[in-house]
Amino acid sequence: MEKKNNLRAWLYLAPLLILMAVFTFYPLINAFIVSSYKGYLPLSGTADGIDLFYNYGVILKNPLFKKAVINTFIIAGVSVPISILLSLLIAVSLKSIPKLKGAFQTIYFLPYVTNTIAIGMAFAFMFHEDYGVINLVLGWFGINPVNWLGGTATYAAQMIALLILTIWNGLAFKILVFTSGLENIDKQYYDAAKIDSASKWTVFKRITVPLLSPLILYISITSVIGALKAYNSVVGLFGDVKLGAQNNSMITIVAFVYQYKDGYTDKGYISYAAAASIILFFITAVISILQTIVSKKRVHY
Amino acid sequence: MEIKMVNLTKIFISKGKKEVHAVDHVDLVIPSGKLIGLLGPSGCGKSTTLYLIAGLLRQTEGQIYFGEEEMSETPPEKRGIGLVFQNYALYPHMTVRENILFPLENLRVEKEEAKKRTYDMAKLVGLEEMLDRKPKELSGGQQQRVAIARALVKTPRVLLLDEPLSNLDARLRLQTREEIKRIQRETKITTVFVTHDQEEAMSISDEIVVMKDGVIQQMGEPQAVYDKPANLFVAKFLGNPQINVFDGEIKNKEILIEGMVVGKKDMPDQKIFVGVRPEAFVVDNENQASFRFKVDLVETIGRDTTLIFDMQDDSENILDKKTFKAIIDAGFRIKADDIVHFNIKPDKMHLFDLNGNIL
Repeated sequence: MEKKNNLRAWLYLAPLLILMAVFTFYPLINAFIVSSYKGYLPLSGTADGIDLFYNYGVILKNPLFKKAVINTFIIAGVSVPISILLSLLIAVSLKSIPKLKGAFQTIYFLPYVTNTIAIGMAFAFMFHEDYGVINLVLGWFGINPVNWLGGTATYAAQMIALLILTIWNGLAFKILVFTSGLENIDKQYYDAAKIDSASKWTVFKRITVPLLSPLILYISITSVIGALKAYNSVVGLFGDVKLGAQNNSMITIVAFVYQYKDGYTDKGYISYAAAASIILFFITAVISILQTIVSKKRVHY
Repeated sequence: MEIKMVNLTKIFISKGKKEVHAVDHVDLVIPSGKLIGLLGPSGCGKSTTLYLIAGLLRQTEGQIYFGEEEMSETPPEKRGIGLVFQNYALYPHMTVRENILFPLENLRVEKEEAKKRTYDMAKLVGLEEMLDRKPKELSGGQQQRVAIARALVKTPRVLLLDEPLSNLDARLRLQTREEIKRIQRETKITTVFVTHDQEEAMSISDEIVVMKDGVIQQMGEPQAVYDKPANLFVAKFLGNPQINVFDGEIKNKEILIEGMVVGKKDMPDQKIFVGVRPEAFVVDNENQASFRFKVDLVETIGRDTTLIFDMQDDSENILDKKTFKAIIDAGFRIKADDIVHFNIKPDKMHLFDLNGNIL
């Protein structure tokens, strides 16, 4: 009886397992293998030999890779906390306008169903130095037009534009999750807090955030992982050739992987791409584990 | 702190746009330092009244005063009340200590003093050993006491309890009942508590307020209300087993049930309801007292015997039969189908007109 059930269970799991084996596990293992080849050419299938760390050594010395890592870390480190805080505040404020909540929820959810590339192009236009709405608004406050994305844009300007796009783009899903999380908090806690003379800010800080902490953890892990994989937003804003106002100035780790993967006809390039993706894999894994450990002390339940 | 409600009304608009008068023009004065039980069946407006006092609900009409101070428009955080919720609403992520401290932190009480008050309060409710536990690590009764401590720690002017015992098991309920009474006596805070359990209300309240459909039916000391109900509803609501209500009449200044004389009343002839407490029946077989009936069922539990009987035998379905209960001393040997004669204690018999008002 038990054996039969086991078989059935495997059968149910099979579709997903097969797909994951083909498109996740095999590529992952294969990336490991490819990253250990020296001077590998996928078309001819030839390599100069196997050296586990050679390719890692090469890309870690590569200034472009360093730039990609720094850019990626800035995107993840800045956009994730800001977007979590913003979406929490928006979700909480939505709660206090029950009548308009539905309409606003729809508005805030729109970015989620919109293509990131399309959003990037819209933002590229909004950030345009001469015709963009952003500089128009800044002009009302007497601020001179900023060159956000043009050829001579400063690093800070283009990074801010990219961050704003990333944050805005990530809000929708977080707001959705937090709104449904807030619905599940017993209203009595808020009544009790009122009786206990708690200010609105105290209620947010001491009641809402702790009670949402499991969700905040979930959201922060998934959004850090998402942010580490940033690529679409860069392409949307700057195009897939330049990857920045100046060449490669906003390159990310994934973009780096793409560039080297596209250069597979050059000797060893595909292995550099594989090595870079493995590094990203470990960065992601380590940060996720750290987050879980740190938050164990802070997450309730 | 005396609580005064003047013409207090709360109207809820239901989904069908119908107005529901949850609290209907209530005038009530709750004396300072007393423990008052707000009593009534579910949906009678007792919890709404409590939340109006707390300020968590805003009245449609009328005013609330604490002492001389009008509170009608004051938000709950400024009313200086303590409230114990039915489900306690302890913050699950905070320890007992943090739960009790929370109101003090919000009131910016100086740290050392807040610490001391938290400890004293935990001691008052007997939880000083549990300060570092989370609510879910406590039993229902302990959680309940934390909720009371949290409500009391800021030394509120008024303590409000919403069905404080309904989530406890029977034994714990009795124990906590005494506890609440003790804490109220020690702190002397004006306390209002809501319950649908008449026994609970009668056992710990200094005074009870019986409500029905948002209207106050009667207020007074528990025994006084029991002995002198203002109307048929109050008479039926208080007392277990329920009061027996017979269709009767007054004829020639005599009270008759089914043509049997049960007492005298100097009133014009009319049809009435006769309410007779189960303990009002006195067996009098020797003198062949006029009021008699055939016993259907006898239940003897300990020192009491309950006789169950019905007046008319015309109903076929046993569930349709209107049965009555008499509690007598277990010393009487009475079997089912016996015909028993009774006298009725006049002070345990209440006469109501057909609208249910006391005569």
